[in-house]
Amino acid sequence: MVTRRDFFKITGTAAGTAAVALAGVETAQARPALDPDRMGVLCDFTFCIGCRRCEYACAGENGLPQGALESYDDKSLLEKTRRPDRQTFTVINRYPALAGQSGSLDVKVNCLHCEHPACVSACPVSALVKNARGPVTYDASRCIGCRYCMVACPFQIPAYEYNEPLTPRVMKCTLCSDRILAEGGIPACVEICPAETMVYGTRDALLKVAHDRIRNHPGRYVDHVYGEYEAGGTSWLYLCDRSFQEVDLPAVANQSPAEVTEAIQHGIFRGFTGPLMVFILTSVILKSAGKGPGQAREDKHE
Amino acid sequence: MSNRHAVPFITPGVRVLLALAAAGLAVLAIRLVWGLGAVTNLNDQYPWGLWIGIDVATGVALAAGGFTTAFVAHVLHRHKYEVLVRPALLTAALGYTFVGLGVCVDLGRYYNIWHYFVPGLPNGNSALFEVGMCVCLYLTVLYIEFLPIVCERFLGRVNLPGALRALNGLVEGVLRVLQRTLDRVMTIFIILGVVLSCAHQSSLGTLMVIAPDKLHPLWFTTILPMQFLLSAFAVGLAMAIFESILASRSLKRPLEMDVLAPLARIIPFLLTIYFGSKLIDMVNRGSYRYLDDGSPQSVAWLVEVIVGVVLPWAILLTHRLRRRPGWLFSAAAMVVLGVALNRINVFIIGYKPLYADGPYVPAIPEIVLTVGFISILVLLYRAFVFIFPVLHDEGEVHHA
Ligand code: SF4
Repeated sequence: MVTRRDFFKITGTAAGTAAVALAGVETAQARPALDPDRMGVLCDFTFCIGCRRCEYACAGENGLPQGALESYDDKSLLEKTRRPDRQTFTVINRYPALAGQSGSLDVKVNCLHCEHPACVSACPVSALVKNARGPVTYDASRCIGCRYCMVACPFQIPAYEYNEPLTPRVMKCTLCSDRILAEGGIPACVEICPAETMVYGTRDALLKVAHDRIRNHPGRYVDHVYGEYEAGGTSWLYLCDRSFQEVDLPAVANQSPAEVTEAIQHGIFRGFTGPLMVFILTSVILKSAGKGPGQAREDKHE
Repeated sequence: MSNRHAVPFITPGVRVLLALAAAGLAVLAIRLVWGLGAVTNLNDQYPWGLWIGIDVATGVALAAGGFTTAFVAHVLHRHKYEVLVRPALLTAALGYTFVGLGVCVDLGRYYNIWHYFVPGLPNGNSALFEVGMCVCLYLTVLYIEFLPIVCERFLGRVNLPGALRALNGLVEGVLRVLQRTLDRVMTIFIILGVVLSCAHQSSLGTLMVIAPDKLHPLWFTTILPMQFLLSAFAVGLAMAIFESILASRSLKRPLEMDVLAPLARIIPFLLTIYFGSKLIDMVNRGSYRYLDDGSPQSVAWLVEVIVGVVLPWAILLTHRLRRRPGWLFSAAAMVVLGVALNRINVFIIGYKPLYADGPYVPAIPEIVLTVGFISILVLLYRAFVFIFPVLHDEGEVHHA
């Protein structure tokens, strides 16, 4: 027979133990602060000539199948809309010229390195992290391969090595973090580009440049810097002559999707309020329900 | 052992299950040697498929009988329902074990799963971390809840062979102490089970809230966690009824209608709250606009709701039908099917990636593995029922 005092003693202790046991869950960190001077890339689609040298440099930099430089002169690939994949972290897609204008538009696609990345928020074991200086990097040795990052990414960027039986990796652009985090380095694609399509610099400065360009060249751009606010802001910023949805960049909310889930997670688990409340409520019901009028109170001891 | 049961363990049905199980294990072997790409249709657009949608998401929902029956019988002290607690507990313990296995099969680097416990790695922002952690803790709780049944099975019957016979007394003693301790603390584990279940049943819904542009508007809502929890309550009880009738039939035992019918009365009430939250949210978001566009998603939504909610709701509210085993069974099965469909809709059919080349259709080996795992689960359930005093009224009443 468990007495009432026993009961509360035991539940009390258990509540404490549960709180400790669940302590791993309550690691809901505040988001690490971003460096005010964090870096980014401004990519002006109207400059791009579709030479695909950035693809070449990127493959070399990341140890991906690269091939000879000449093979990138094959422009037929530009005509189909490609996506980055496990062997190509960046691709150039060509879109036809706007009515009444000459020259097609070439669009560079790669990881945008969100300011508040959904993939980082989603990763259960912190294999993806947002570096305060800008890059979103991946540590394969931590990864469990759940692929929740791929579900979470609003731009659908991460690719996966499904055919690796033992050590599959999540594959995506690193913003050449090894290069840029070392003093003076710049991303390989930016470095090789002969058309100055990309400018590498602090995100703040790039935003100014972008808006200046829009102001100084009326008619050349739509008045929209993609990435300034998209998904809570991204390290890559784009300029374009037409709506970004026409070049297959998604119309995403200005809030990171992680904002909502983190609010839910924190709302429920901050200080274990949620679980603790269910615990207490259940205990109280358990203790009182058995004594309701007309309710034969059965011995807990059975 | 089998003398407690009117039927033999091996039947033609069991043989079929054994064959299916073997096929599933063969797929598992291929997956381990050649990787996920060799057996699945997963790709960069569809990182999650059948195994996450069914083995994990649906598995967790359908194993909700463990905590819901425990809540009704032990927390609300409706002790007549206790006969349902043990079978539901067994389903939950086996179900969650297979959820864990299912996850591991799907994980690219399953051998890193222990990273969940490495200081510094766990990410509390991640709903998936929380789901994994709670499932892991809850599985432990379930095993502990099952221990008294093991004690009961062997107490007074410990009979070790040969030289070990000398230890019989010792083992008896250990079992007795274990049983007494468990009896004292079991309440805690029952409450813990409820807490952990509420936590991860809802977080399973949070998982997809991070993909607002990919999940079809018929299902996407920020209250998805709440809807997952509410539907888990309903399906937990439905599952307990469903499997009780199924087990009685298969083992040729009398039906427990006098407990099942009153328990079934609670389900329409739970369904009303669940469906209410769905409808209010739908009006709020204006997502009813997607209902008549003839898309596979709109059809899937309607089937989920009509078969899984409206029909069983009507049947269970009709007093006459509720008391008929056939109708009761159908209604419970519909609720189970409806919630299963809901999870499949949220994780598979409603998942519409931005740059998909076409829909995801599971590969044959994916299906074979899932069917194989379910077969193993059913076989284990049967084996446990034969070995342990799980089902009520087996000539040896359990007065724990
Ligand atoms: S696949 Fe790896 S990197 Fe992506 S969320 Fe899972 S553990 Fe993190």
